[in-house]
Amino acid sequence: MIKFQQVTKSFQTKKQTVEALKGIDLTVEKGDIFGVVGYSGAGKSTLIRLVNLLERPSTGQVLVDGQPLTELKPKQLRSEKKKIGMIFQHFNLLNSKTVFDNVAIPLVLSGTPKTTIKERVEELLDFVGLSDKARNYPEQLSGGQKQRIGIARALATNPSILLCDEATSALDPQTTSAVLQLLKKINQQYNITILLITHEMSVIREICNKVAVMEGGLIVEQGSVLDVFASPKTEVARNFVRTVIHDEIPPSVLKNAINTNTQPIIWKINFVGNTSSQPLLSTVAKKFNLDLSVLSANISEIQETPFGNLIIEITGDQNEIQKALTYIKDEGFIVQEVNVHE
Amino acid sequence: MSNTLWGMEITAEQLLVGFGDTLYMVAISLIFSALIGLPLGILLVITRKGHILDNKWIFNILNPVINILRSVPFIILLVAIIPLTRLIVGSAIGTNAAIVPLVFYAAPYIARLIENSLLEVDKGIIEAAQSMGATVPQIIFKFLIPEGLSSLVLTFTTATIGLVGASAMAGAVGAGGVGDLALTYGYQRFDTMTMFVTVAALVIIVQLLQSTGNIVSKNIRRR
Repeated sequence: MIKFQQVTKSFQTKKQTVEALKGIDLTVEKGDIFGVVGYSGAGKSTLIRLVNLLERPSTGQVLVDGQPLTELKPKQLRSEKKKIGMIFQHFNLLNSKTVFDNVAIPLVLSGTPKTTIKERVEELLDFVGLSDKARNYPEQLSGGQKQRIGIARALATNPSILLCDEATSALDPQTTSAVLQLLKKINQQYNITILLITHEMSVIREICNKVAVMEGGLIVEQGSVLDVFASPKTEVARNFVRTVIHDEIPPSVLKNAINTNTQPIIWKINFVGNTSSQPLLSTVAKKFNLDLSVLSANISEIQETPFGNLIIEITGDQNEIQKALTYIKDEGFIVQEVNVHE
Repeated sequence: MSNTLWGMEITAEQLLVGFGDTLYMVAISLIFSALIGLPLGILLVITRKGHILDNKWIFNILNPVINILRSVPFIILLVAIIPLTRLIVGSAIGTNAAIVPLVFYAAPYIARLIENSLLEVDKGIIEAAQSMGATVPQIIFKFLIPEGLSSLVLTFTTATIGLVGASAMAGAVGAGGVGDLALTYGYQRFDTMTMFVTVAALVIIVQLLQSTGNIVSKNIRRR
């Protein structure tokens, strides 16, 4: 649906050339909710703006539906852009126009007949739940309502792709959640492919099925959200995952553990999906002659799949410990030994 | 002293004609200056770097030309372009003749003010327009101008008031109007009362213009 091939983008300032993107390869499939996460300055904003040519790539190609937009004539490009909706962090609504006129504007631009516009706008406002605000002005709305209007406007021309540029970054957590659910509904109900960028990992966890982590103009890690959350490979990805999944031993608990044993054996066990319903601890305790104590435990859900981690301290005979480790791995859990002195 | 008012050397009729001339000069020159200044102001905005019609050439020529015109004092402009005025209206003296320098004075002024007004429009709005596949004229007329309208009204208010002031100076070339009366009678004939009445009249005109502009602008902004 959207394909980045060896894309670079540099900006020329008076003093220097800034390389915002240093070679991006990325594929967004139809029906995906693809999230790109990164700190500010990582290049994610540039990346999303390349899709509808708000920025042009310096080298490489961005294909939308197999088509390189850079090679289209202006007129073709304009009609192609109507298939790509976009919503923004600061909504970018026209303050001089009513909610109705704001939603209608993409249709007015393409010369749609008035009666059709009225029908479509009413339908869209109903979809985002703001039919009663049609005659209001954006300034009279809350942030969440403004973003709903932004969404309605972006959907007016029946796009097949929706780009979300930090769409929830200016909203409070509750409103963010409501807007994200709306995006999910759009994805499911209309089968619209969504590409979103964010600096909040919680956004990725809530609605995305795929994620790419960006740093310094490069994609350092990408994959299914479940995989990246379960085993992040890079430091940046780990840091992002840590912002929503707490897998650290509380300091006081750790201190206690070290006080009783200077070299405690601590395992971090990740479980994904159905493995989470197994009575692992009690089985291990029964099968092997070991003492287990839980230092930290956490379970949540990603992509409707249970996902969690458990940090335990094991005491007992070395041989038994080794056997237990093999057993746990064989059962399909991901086990990592934690070095407490790191 | 039969037809005079409050001991002035001028008659009530002269005063009325003066008002009429001032309004005529301001109105006609405002229309022409707007017709020239508005497109120039828009060009100054959209041809700048990174804007929708980024064009170094147009911007780098237009920008200094407007600065040069803006830096010539009106009283000098008035006499400097007399040959051109004669070419256009056939005479260098009179109300119509004053309109030519007034337009030369106000058009670049308006262009600059419009540039400022339109630069205030949030860049995000233009980005949204571009993401919708809007054409350049659509961006100008459906996004830039409606969003900057409230500010544009204040721009035209300021420009109109500038023209009222300049039209008074145009009295120097026999343009007629309230300013002419003030110069000829109030200043040259030491008629203090005429001076007072004409200045008071100008003050009232300016106040009315500014208040109207403020109200209209506020209504557009809908806060």
